[in-house]
Amino acid sequence: MHHMLHIKNGIVIDTKNGIKAEKMDIFVKEGKIVEESEIDKSQCKVIDASNKLVVAGGVDMHAHIAGSKINTGRTMRPEEMRMVRQIANKFRASVGRVLLTSPAIGYEYAKMGYTTSFEAAQPPIGALHTHEELDAIPMVDKAALPVFGNWHFVFKYVAENDIEKLKTFIAWAIERTKGFGVKVVNPGGVEAWMYGGNCRSLDDEVPNFGVTPREIITSLIKATEELNLCHSVHLHCNNLGNPGNFETTIETMKLANGFSNDKRQVLHVTHVQFNAYAGSSWRDVGSGAAEIAKVVNGMDNVTIDMGAAIFGHATAMTGDAPFQFTLHKLLGARWSNKDSEVEGGAGIVPIMYLPKNPVHALQWAIGLELGLLVESDKVVLTTDFPNGGPFTEYPYVMAMLMSKKMREKELERVSPYVQKAANLPSIDAEKTLDEVMHMTRALSARVLGLENKGHLGVGADADISIYDFNPNEIDTSNDYEIINKAFRNALYTIKGGVIIVKEGQLVDEVWGTTYWVDATNKVDTEAIEEDLDKYFELYYSVEKEHYGVEEAWIKNPTRLVMG
Amino acid sequence: MAQKVICTFCGSVCDDVEFDVEEFKAKKFCKLGRSKFSKKERIKAPMVDGKEVSYEEATQKAAEILVNAKKPLLYGWASTVNEAIRLGVILTEKVRGVYDQCASVCHAPGTLAVIEEGLPGASLGAIKNRADLVIFWGSNPMEAHPRHPLRYSMSAKGLLISGRKDRKVVVVDVRKTKTAKKADVFVQIKPGYDYPIISALRALIKGEDIEVDEVGGVSKEQLKELAEMMKSAKYGVIFYGLGVTQSRGRDRNIENAVKLIQLLNRYTRFVIWPMRGHYNVVGSGEVPAWEVGYQYAIDFSRGYPRFSPAEFSANEVLQRKDCDAALVIAADPVAHFPKASVKHLKKIPVIQIDPFPNMTTLVADVVIPSAVYGLEAEGTAYRMDGIPLRVKKVIDTEYWSDEKILEELLKKVVELRGE
Amino acid sequence: MMEVEVISGRTLDQGATVEEKLTDEYFNAVNYCELSEEDYNALGLAEGDKVKVKTEFGEVVVFAKKSDELPKGVVFIPMGPYANQVIDPSTDSTGMPQFKGVKGSVEKTDENVLSVKELLEVI
Repeated sequence: MHHMLHIKNGIVIDTKNGIKAEKMDIFVKEGKIVEESEIDKSQCKVIDASNKLVVAGGVDMHAHIAGSKINTGRTMRPEEMRMVRQIANKFRASVGRVLLTSPAIGYEYAKMGYTTSFEAAQPPIGALHTHEELDAIPMVDKAALPVFGNWHFVFKYVAENDIEKLKTFIAWAIERTKGFGVKVVNPGGVEAWMYGGNCRSLDDEVPNFGVTPREIITSLIKATEELNLCHSVHLHCNNLGNPGNFETTIETMKLANGFSNDKRQVLHVTHVQFNAYAGSSWRDVGSGAAEIAKVVNGMDNVTIDMGAAIFGHATAMTGDAPFQFTLHKLLGARWSNKDSEVEGGAGIVPIMYLPKNPVHALQWAIGLELGLLVESDKVVLTTDFPNGGPFTEYPYVMAMLMSKKMREKELERVSPYVQKAANLPSIDAEKTLDEVMHMTRALSARVLGLENKGHLGVGADADISIYDFNPNEIDTSNDYEIINKAFRNALYTIKGGVIIVKEGQLVDEVWGTTYWVDATNKVDTEAIEEDLDKYFELYYSVEKEHYGVEEAWIKNPTRLVMG
Repeated sequence: MAQKVICTFCGSVCDDVEFDVEEFKAKKFCKLGRSKFSKKERIKAPMVDGKEVSYEEATQKAAEILVNAKKPLLYGWASTVNEAIRLGVILTEKVRGVYDQCASVCHAPGTLAVIEEGLPGASLGAIKNRADLVIFWGSNPMEAHPRHPLRYSMSAKGLLISGRKDRKVVVVDVRKTKTAKKADVFVQIKPGYDYPIISALRALIKGEDIEVDEVGGVSKEQLKELAEMMKSAKYGVIFYGLGVTQSRGRDRNIENAVKLIQLLNRYTRFVIWPMRGHYNVVGSGEVPAWEVGYQYAIDFSRGYPRFSPAEFSANEVLQRKDCDAALVIAADPVAHFPKASVKHLKKIPVIQIDPFPNMTTLVADVVIPSAVYGLEAEGTAYRMDGIPLRVKKVIDTEYWSDEKILEELLKKVVELRGE
Repeated sequence: MMEVEVISGRTLDQGATVEEKLTDEYFNAVNYCELSEEDYNALGLAEGDKVKVKTEFGEVVVFAKKSDELPKGVVFIPMGPYANQVIDPSTDSTGMPQFKGVKGSVEKTDENVLSVKELLEVI
């Protein structure tokens, strides 16, 4: 239920507004954070947050939480569903180990104090399915990023060097899919996979189209910037998962040179852990994290997220279909694949990261290295759920980033290969609590272009989490167990002004909004109508008029019109 | 005037068909779709014990049956929309019953194979654009999915394929079906020999010899030709049907076929896809998968979902007499289940929700007529390849939609349980 | 009497009448058994004749039809209530009864083909 709230005497960290662990009160009315004067204290519910950490609700900018990929993963892996988290009561039954049901996704985020999560890869023709699943996730706000990097329209306009039409197409496609921005997965490589190939370097030509990943990425950045979308191009690089790929990643990041945006990065490179391998084979594979960190730190228009690997079960699911086939061959594991019309594809393979496996231990180390070596204003904390592991282990990653002592202890149980192939053992840096809160709140909200998320300033959404420790008293280097525990179960999670979690337990169920971006006011779709008609007639298996998602079909949509 | 509609008969979910509301006339449809979009006998009104009642009374009685049952079976779901299915899953969770859907007697063995080996597949659009070899294995689209060959597979035009002449079409079947008669190659097999034939193909493709002259009625020569044809295709597809899922071997047949596809992708591109039957049988598995983790055969008697086809599939539950009431929606188990299962359905209280009278109506205690999706009500359906389409409402009706009926039922169940 | 393997499956007519199960059209779409020409002749069948199909799971009387699609020794009954009298209900723990490939026998008979409703009463 909506109350006016007075969160009293909490110790607030709000990096966007420069508040560093200061004792202060927060006021909430009608789902927003307001000035004290707006509140009628006699009507107000008071939460005593004395000596507790008060921060904005966590914002997960990259997770696979909805749509055909995770759902095929669930179907393929019933063993994942045998972990019972909650028997049906006032709330839905909730099950799942790493893969979770839709209700479980919302509940688990809420318990951690996360209040926003974005689906990072929406197959455009499957957009309605993605939205149905987003609509089935309670508690959090959400959105989906449609994938563009292997869409034939994109190849066509890039080949013709027609940025105007590319912009028009992007605006049309985001509106039709009720998507949020421009996701790119292994540009060109998935088209090559239709012939059994891949594009592992930026200059590999896409079969039959005469374009290269370099041209696709550059054109998409240009178009996205000219449309001034709230989120930048969000890129899963070519050559993912291969030893030596860190060089491709660095070369890719440099494509952002020459572009700038006042508000945010112009290129977000995602789950970089999977793209940060040095060496030439699995025998001599090493960490390329330091080199990547150097490049990111030296640029002011690129951000990344970690894609940290967590020991234990995971399921690889990406739009990078050729990589998934490689993984299937490598592991001999189950493999699902989906080639999708003329839009790209996807694959799914179960995986388990084992501490004693040299490569897995290295992956684990590299994820953490990126979090430690990249400036805190440029790296978001993610596990690329469920690829690197569960999002429910974010507290572990937080604690690890803040404590060298914890890392030393963990290093004792992993393969010694890490000692020679990774930088982690020699890294002394420890992130501060402020930095980690930034990496999970203000930064991820800024990367996405969500102005009302990730902070507690007046006007922000009243998405607030309160944790059971005093940031001014905790020693994050030594008290890592407290950190790891506290962030798993929020003392309070408040979503849109409603208390949904208290002392780590669900107390109320809310349904967040689904954001979608409308940039159609900036283009004239007439310009591409003929091309659309032709492609739908020739290459699609559905009629153009039946393609896409209407706003009215979404439970609780928020349309963001681009200015 | 005719307008474009989306057909709600088979898993092809054709969305290029037209319907003239004034004349009540279907255009471009196949025989199956035309039958769906034609006037036929309906269940006139809600009924309890054969007496006509209001929707209010019928849903009340249905809610009582569900709440009073120790373990109700809620079965069907393949011919309704996702919005209704979602409510059905939540309802089953609430009454701690068993959720099962038509795939259980159709393509669910394929789901078991997905659990073992995955599903290397493609959308129908990708197949029409690229496939130069199309193999129908134990499937007969000319009778079960009549426009599939035209729109997506046999003669569909696309990016790399200009039509039928650019494709080789192979049919593997026990019968020389109508589809087989249109194929370039027909491989006639003995009933129940799918598994060894697939194993033989795997061996031949790997370059190994098979030490017999024939397998399952197919000569080694013909198997070699087929193996070579598969290996040399640029982009091949196997569309499998009930001939594989309902024969000896069932799930293992498909598991073996998926292994064959895994192998073929080491040489070329190859995909496999089930020829799903009802227009939204895919949704009736996908929706419970995201809501509760599993596609079918789900028991909630402990308050959380458990999956076990050996225990919780409709036929196992009925043959074991392990349910004391049933809600049947958008399906007709009395006509389509073996005698041994129907016996128990005749003995327990049955609630039926369906637009049309069928054999289950004859045993139902509560009958709740519903609107026809695609014609009288709108909602989301998944084509056989998982592509979502929003089926339309083009004519008004007094009948409630499944979604509305289930909403009401859920509300009443919650009231009766005092929650 | 002749030993055969019984299979069942969809047909166009069965599909087109599946939402009109209580009509003659549906009755006619599912109440028959197809045999290969060789088997049909061996049993001395003619237009309008009936056969009794028996398996260890039950028996059913249906009309006999000649088919050019079937090999010798395999008979086909459209999926539906008639086929379901004789198919193997056990699922071998998969949930799926064995609707195809059930060993049985076929013989010519003078008994009547039951209506859909009569069939239900027999169960």
